[in-house]
Amino acid sequence: MATTHKYRVLIGKPGLDGHDRGAKFIARALRDAGFEVVYTGIRRSPEEIAAAAVQEDVDAVGLSSLSGAHIRLFPAVVEALVKAGAPDIPVLGGGVIPEEDIVTLKAAGIVEIFTPGTPIDTIITAYKDACAKKSSG
Amino acid sequence: MTIDRLLKGLKLRDPRAIGRAITLVENGDEKAQALLSALDEDLISRATILGITGPPGAGKSTLTNGIISELRQRKERIGIIAVDPSSPISGGAILGDRIRMMQHATDQDVVMRSMATRGRLGGLCATAGAAVRIMASSGCSTIIIETVGVGQSEMDIIRLADITLLVLAPGLGDDIQAMKAGLLEVADLMVVNKADCKGADILAMDLETVTRKGSTTPTQISMTVATEGKGITELLDCIAEVDSEHRDSGERQKRRRGAHDQEVLDWCLEILRPRLLAEITQKKMSLLGDPRLKAKEILKEK
Repeated sequence: MATTHKYRVLIGKPGLDGHDRGAKFIARALRDAGFEVVYTGIRRSPEEIAAAAVQEDVDAVGLSSLSGAHIRLFPAVVEALVKAGAPDIPVLGGGVIPEEDIVTLKAAGIVEIFTPGTPIDTIITAYKDACAKKSSG
Repeated sequence: MTIDRLLKGLKLRDPRAIGRAITLVENGDEKAQALLSALDEDLISRATILGITGPPGAGKSTLTNGIISELRQRKERIGIIAVDPSSPISGGAILGDRIRMMQHATDQDVVMRSMATRGRLGGLCATAGAAVRIMASSGCSTIIIETVGVGQSEMDIIRLADITLLVLAPGLGDDIQAMKAGLLEVADLMVVNKADCKGADILAMDLETVTRKGSTTPTQISMTVATEGKGITELLDCIAEVDSEHRDSGERQKRRRGAHDQEVLDWCLEILRPRLLAEITQKKMSLLGDPRLKAKEILKEK
């Protein structure tokens, strides 16, 4: 059988914020770009997201947040992945996130942060790059 | 991860190793062969493979979640393979079955994997079969394969199962809809889910006359309300009953053989397809004439 690697990503929403329009939009856009998207839905704990990412052996995790809790929750997912033995799975995030927080989040290990208005092609390219880097590493 | 480390990881029930192993198989990696040859055959032959199929929206994932909860109370380790279709246009897929099962996400003894059909002609059967064996080798005693019951490739996966449940629900069209896909003939048990909704009794009555292909007694019907966990214990009792019947009558072995042969055939075609295609393209045959005859001639040359 020919080798048929497909990029697999997990899209989820950590925390109590139930606004999932952004997450679903990204999930659909990635699907249309040929990704296999494991969608875990809203109100997940960082540990649940990390456990699912490990079982599904995804190439990247994408998080979405509107409520303002990103500064706690996004790094918590990165930590949970490390604890689950998967420090190599990159985490990307998006949502209503102020400029100054982006620096903090990137320092905490989030690969990329997208804010409202980011062109979808930019997001897809970033996911492709993150997945490619993980697969080769 | 090396194959040795993966195999050790499977024995230790390491989630990362299980995930990695299934990816190797899914991507058709050459290393998968060595891995699959070294799995624990004893555990594989003892595990029970449960197929859950039915139309979209019938409640398959929610029912699977209910079954997991019940089996976990009995301290069983469970594997789940949830299959969703790939888009024939982009090749991408949304794998959303986990949403209904997230309450078990951090339970180390619930091993779940979402799988996209990837447009393979039957090839999925081989991949899912390998995933079942990997999960069994990591100590899962029950493995559930959940798939939408439409289309040929999905039906092929169900052939891997020792026991197949067909999940239906009221309000998804009349009984003729259920008869169309040939679903009724593969079911060992029928589940009328959403049994608290209007029309559930009528649906159950419509199904009373259904018999499995080759059987003379009507297929048993279970009523469930999966969202509330109602009827799950009774359903599991029915499954256990069918399972013990199958073990006594030799039906279980017969199905395992059928699944095995089907998987080998799948692999034959998977290996032959690219070679044959290359050969056909190379010949640059005339467009005239009967394609079937040409095919026979190519195969005769082999």
